[in-house]
Amino acid sequence: MRRSKWSRGVALVGAGMSKFGVFNDLTSRDLFVEAYLDLKKSIDKDFDPDSIEAFYLGNFSSDQFEKQAHLAPIIASWVGLSPISSVRVEDACASSGVALRQAALSIASGEYDVVLVGGVEKMTDLPIAQVTEALATAADTQFEIPAGFTFPGFYAAMATAYLAEYQAEREAFFHVSIKNHENGALNEKAQFGKTILDIMESKKARAVQKGRIVPEWKNELEFLRDTKANPNIAWPMTLFDCSPVSDGGSAVLLAAEDIANEFSDSPLYLIGSGQASDGALPDRHTLTHLPAAEIAGKQAYEMAGLTPGNIDLAEVHDCFTVAEIMATEDLGFFQKGEGWKAAMDRKTSRFGVMPINTSGGLKSKGHPVGASGLGQVNEIWKQLHGSAGERQISGNPHIGLAHNVGGSGQTCVVNIFERRE
Amino acid sequence: MKDYTFNSKEFYEALNTSELIGSRCQDCGSYAVPQRRICPKCHSENVEVVRYSGQGKLVAYTVIFVPPVMMAETGYDAKNPYCVGIVELDEGPRISAQILEVDMDQPENILIGTEMIMDTITRADGENKETFLAFKPIN
Repeated sequence: MRRSKWSRGVALVGAGMSKFGVFNDLTSRDLFVEAYLDLKKSIDKDFDPDSIEAFYLGNFSSDQFEKQAHLAPIIASWVGLSPISSVRVEDACASSGVALRQAALSIASGEYDVVLVGGVEKMTDLPIAQVTEALATAADTQFEIPAGFTFPGFYAAMATAYLAEYQAEREAFFHVSIKNHENGALNEKAQFGKTILDIMESKKARAVQKGRIVPEWKNELEFLRDTKANPNIAWPMTLFDCSPVSDGGSAVLLAAEDIANEFSDSPLYLIGSGQASDGALPDRHTLTHLPAAEIAGKQAYEMAGLTPGNIDLAEVHDCFTVAEIMATEDLGFFQKGEGWKAAMDRKTSRFGVMPINTSGGLKSKGHPVGASGLGQVNEIWKQLHGSAGERQISGNPHIGLAHNVGGSGQTCVVNIFERRE
Repeated sequence: MKDYTFNSKEFYEALNTSELIGSRCQDCGSYAVPQRRICPKCHSENVEVVRYSGQGKLVAYTVIFVPPVMMAETGYDAKNPYCVGIVELDEGPRISAQILEVDMDQPENILIGTEMIMDTITRADGENKETFLAFKPIN
């Protein structure tokens, strides 16, 4: 049963993104221009930029990363959209998923008909220690960070709680990483577009070349178990459990449902949307799930009149491998305590019962934090249109879900899209 | 003993004298740490500052091999990692803290559910010296 209070429907009429990666010579505005031009290419009918009435930009911390606050009007100007209303939305790594929801609400309210949503983050100008410091400000800097926590540490702590509660096997996390790299290897926009097998083989080849002892890894799991190849970052999270530091931009165009066909013959409809917040990690009743994700998911399902079984594919927030496993449970794809088994049984691969992160996820595609939420939506756009190339899933998917998390779960936003025949 | 207020910074002031403070709601009985002026469970403002026994159990942890700047300056690194975790106090609420006297070389042997007692740890020297919350196993 649909329970939307929205006074009108909202459609997605185009989606674009820059390549994600490390781009020393590009700034936020350059990355966003690339995403915006890619978005324009995705719109299959005439598109007049003058029809855009407002701009919502997801960005976590250009003030820390680039010493540039007040980013939205600058970016709007850079793509020629002044003087439209331009708002920067900040909810840590969920910034652009939240920006999309805010933009949709502005259309649903009747205020605007056509709204541009963006996401951008330029993280790699700073030395890694300062990037870590900047990211830490997404946590509670008064009481969590002084304890010695880092972001990998938060998710690692949830991982220890999860492993203990469900007697789960730690290697389930490796399977998430292997699967996401397999998918990312087929995504030309991915930062690490290589399988872990390829990474392993190239390390062996380098050892041969340099006359060193060649490691005897027989498969990806042996490679990932080797702490020389895959060092601990925050036990039990290793290097290959962590998404990278990245630069990137992403953009989508939203329009009121009744005019969506002016832009596209095959718009996607935003049929469900939900968002919730939470306190710092110790303030929650559970450490094995993200309560905000469960609530946001439930809201989105109720609005769409759907159940988890109706979802054909999902892009979930795998900032760390354990986060993907928890997400697949929080969203109801698997029972509590079963997500780790599903990952090991490859039920979440492109060929599994519930394809998760066909884009490569944040792990392989990259995680320019403010751009990641719309990076997910880009994948939903491609998969639902059958244009995901080699990584296209079969079965004519028509419903996709995006799950975007801020911090260690203080923010979660879930958006569900539908392609109608 | 000093009467602490709800000012969140006083949590660390108390910690400097090895006291762990928080709050208890006089309407619903739930505890919070650090102290909260408004009860997060029932919204009551009828809340008092309390001192905790400092005993609890470990509910989640990690061993950090890549430390943030503050911890690196204290001497931690991949060869000298440290443990940080979340402890559930006997009174109910949970808090983040550094975990001392556990086996950093074998993180898998650190057990969730281990009974813990509060300690403090100082980082930096001289004027920058600061006291932080820590816990260690009771035995």
